Amino acid sequence: MAGEYILEMNDITKEYGSNAVLKNVTLKIRPGEIHALLGENGAGKSTLMNVLFGMPVIHSTGGFKGEVIVDGEKTKIMSPMDAMTKGIGMVHQEFMLIPGFTITENIKLNREISKPWPISRVLGKELEILDMPAMAADARKALDSVGIGIDEYALVGGLPVGYMQFVEIAREIDKSGMKLLVFDEPTAVLTESEAQQLIKVMKDIAARGIAIIFITHRLDEVMNACDNITILRDGQLVATRKKTETSVEELAALMIGRGEDSMIQIQGKVKHESDAIALKVRDLWVDMPGEAVKGIDLDVREGEIIGIGGLAGQGKIGLPNGVMGLYPAEGEVELFGQKLPLNNPKAALNAGLAMVSEDRRGVGLLLDQSIEDNIAFNAMQVHNDFLGGFLKLKSARSIRAYANEMIRELDIRCTSAAQPTGQLSGGNQQKVCIARALALKPKFLFVSEPTRGIDIGAKQLVLETLVRLNREQKLTIVIVSSELQELRSICDRIAIVSEGRINCILRPDSSDASFGLAMSGAKVNGGDLA
Amino acid sequence: MTNRNIGKTVTDNLKKYAVTYLFIAISVLFIIVSGLDMNYVCSQLLLRLNRNAFIVLALIIPIIAGMGINFAITIGAMAAQIGLLLTINWKITGFTGILVAAAITLPLALFFGFLIGKLLNKMKGQETIGSLILGYFANGAYQLLFLFIFGSIIPLNDNVTIVGSSGVQNTLNLTGSTGLYMAVDGILQVPFMISLYVLCAAIILWSVVKYLRKKTSVHKMVTSIAIAAVIAIVFSIPAISNIFNGANGGRKITVPVVTWIFVLLLCVFNTFIMKTRLGQKFRAVGQNRTVANSSGINVDRTRVIAIMISTVLAGWGQILFMQSDGIGTFQTYAAHEQVGLYAGAAILVGGASIDRATNLQALIGTFLFHSLFITAQSAASNLFGDAAVGEYFRAFLSYGVIALALVLYAWRGAQQRKADSLRLESDNNAKAAKKK
Repeated sequence: MAGEYILEMNDITKEYGSNAVLKNVTLKIRPGEIHALLGENGAGKSTLMNVLFGMPVIHSTGGFKGEVIVDGEKTKIMSPMDAMTKGIGMVHQEFMLIPGFTITENIKLNREISKPWPISRVLGKELEILDMPAMAADARKALDSVGIGIDEYALVGGLPVGYMQFVEIAREIDKSGMKLLVFDEPTAVLTESEAQQLIKVMKDIAARGIAIIFITHRLDEVMNACDNITILRDGQLVATRKKTETSVEELAALMIGRGEDSMIQIQGKVKHESDAIALKVRDLWVDMPGEAVKGIDLDVREGEIIGIGGLAGQGKIGLPNGVMGLYPAEGEVELFGQKLPLNNPKAALNAGLAMVSEDRRGVGLLLDQSIEDNIAFNAMQVHNDFLGGFLKLKSARSIRAYANEMIRELDIRCTSAAQPTGQLSGGNQQKVCIARALALKPKFLFVSEPTRGIDIGAKQLVLETLVRLNREQKLTIVIVSSELQELRSICDRIAIVSEGRINCILRPDSSDASFGLAMSGAKVNGGDLA
Repeated sequence: MTNRNIGKTVTDNLKKYAVTYLFIAISVLFIIVSGLDMNYVCSQLLLRLNRNAFIVLALIIPIIAGMGINFAITIGAMAAQIGLLLTINWKITGFTGILVAAAITLPLALFFGFLIGKLLNKMKGQETIGSLILGYFANGAYQLLFLFIFGSIIPLNDNVTIVGSSGVQNTLNLTGSTGLYMAVDGILQVPFMISLYVLCAAIILWSVVKYLRKKTSVHKMVTSIAIAAVIAIVFSIPAISNIFNGANGGRKITVPVVTWIFVLLLCVFNTFIMKTRLGQKFRAVGQNRTVANSSGINVDRTRVIAIMISTVLAGWGQILFMQSDGIGTFQTYAAHEQVGLYAGAAILVGGASIDRATNLQALIGTFLFHSLFITAQSAASNLFGDAAVGEYFRAFLSYGVIALALVLYAWRGAQQRKADSLRLESDNNAKAAKKK
């Protein structure tokens, strides 16, 4: 029998290898409610939804622990198709629409209405003829119910982005027996008025008894649309709140809230006080897929460590890549008062910029080459360092000497400087990347996601290295990271990027709520600004 | 429509069918330079169109299913040749022989197609090159089969094996007692002019019926009637009709009606299958595998089915080719070799691309490609004084077209991505402006 809840996910635990990404998470959804699912990147939202939809990535890695109860019945969802037949649908963040198909064809994809004829009676349903008018009628009905007056025979390809979202919703509504709809960051691509329209449609759908799980990071929308809110952090359930009993500030604090205890303790950190500007960025636009920058203004002071934080996909990684000329960029950048040409990596390197890329194995390292060659490679190309003799050939001796110095200084664990970098652990590879950037003798260093994919001990070493370089060599460092705690451990100031722009610059000791609000794109009150 | 719009449409059309227009120009030039008699050119063209159209049309479904040009139709042709060999071996003659060969081809081609499809599923994105290499590989297996397995392990009659050895003869005769020569072409030969008039009448009748059943507008009906009438009238001009009637010497050009009916049936099949659930899956998988998969379509299975259908059709096309007017012999070890290459080049010349193709493009492409084939030799000997140049030109032509089409496809893709990113940027700019 159907109980109080349309969906119960009880004590869900999911491990990838020894790494638990979900720990005893419980989610309960009532019919007809809009339930927000909040959390930072990596909090476990997507994994939880993958469990709900029975995605192959879950089942091929050993399944999960816990039970899923749909409409009072304990079930096992083994595939997305399975989820669909049980009345669970998804409105995707990246549209699952075919541009060359009409709206009708998209709404009815793989659920076409067809008529039999003699040959199809023999050879099977596959050869039945499509009944386009009947399909269009269904599509019309679904489109009307989301309040969109577009022609059901129009091609999806030419539609504005906002309309595509509604076509997706119409498709889900058209599925019979739909009980639960998941909206995955639906407002990220919408204009403000479209977003309001969407929330209205969501309320209409909920009023018809269909429950909605609303995944978003915009807290004002949560307060506007939702009845209940579940917050995840680091794979654990933090809290479930009724909207009437909470506030934006509380939600923001719950999302971030690790407090002081999980800070990484870094030795020898000193505060820098200088007003000279090292890097001046004005109205920078970077066309980096998935991390587009849409007009950043930023001043970096000489000798400081500044952190760039924010959620994935908001554009924080686009900033260093744009300034370094790795992705097409527009805008004005000045380095130590000199204008820096954009879209020209060589000019950026010559000007004394260096970058440790977030894509360590792809862009950062030549994995088959030795540590010393990796370290020397850029310096040879850019500054003609490490070249000797009449023919300007590679000077093995000076390279070896420098590499050994770096290995000692950065404590790179290896058998010798001739060891291929592919054999090193993640943390040591990262140190080779830093050594290579340092071989350029930079005046200014970008470090992008320095601790991604390396273990906690190595993290500490990498961060300490950066602090030491900053202190001893007066190197100005911009560090981009998804991990707020590490930014708060070593930075003088932290700029939070939201929707391709800098939302605000906070002090490392600002409150959790301020960070949470800044990341969700909301305004932060004066006290915590740097 | 404003002038500017028309201008843009024309430029777009020119860009899209650049290869086709280029070939039309070269064809006209070659026909003039070659100095060949128009009666000869037209009769040869019609012959080759009728011979090759079926195979070229067999390429359409995999293209729509997003698998590029299925050069592995060569393997379908091999299946058909196994069928033909057995038919000759069993001494089954005439149209019955053709039917038997087609029946043997069906299970073989389905099985080969299944294997090809499975393999191409493992190399998504590289199907075109994959199927090309697969065709070469299969050629080795084919030789093993025909040289050693047939005759020694599978017994054959003496009339098809190499005298004093095992293995199949290099050349098998299809004429005479074998009785497969023109077994389809020869059933009904109608003079060209009469078949043209019948065709035009049929088009007019069809559009009237369609209009009366309210399936089309007056405007469309009138247009198609007008086109049919104009064609009939133009071809009735004595200067043109004499070419086909052979009035100025040369032979009276006839049309093998039954073969053409098979070709038309395949066109209808290609159109019709796209209106079924299966066809919708082909299109969905061809346009976006991720979306198709997320809607529950079994992408791999759909692709395998597309290749299986294509392989069978290519096999039947090869049977039609072998029996056709002017062939007469079965080159056991060579007949299949260029099938994929020529068919692929022909459909690309017609304006199809790696991801888009229609019946009309296949037919036009076959027409243009073979008009160059016919005239290349004479044109070359007139221009350079050496007929061999024409021979080289043919090879250059087929590979060149394919290379050109692949490059153009990649180039268009890059243009599209650029346009998309520009649109995104202007979108963002507009949004930012609104915020300010």
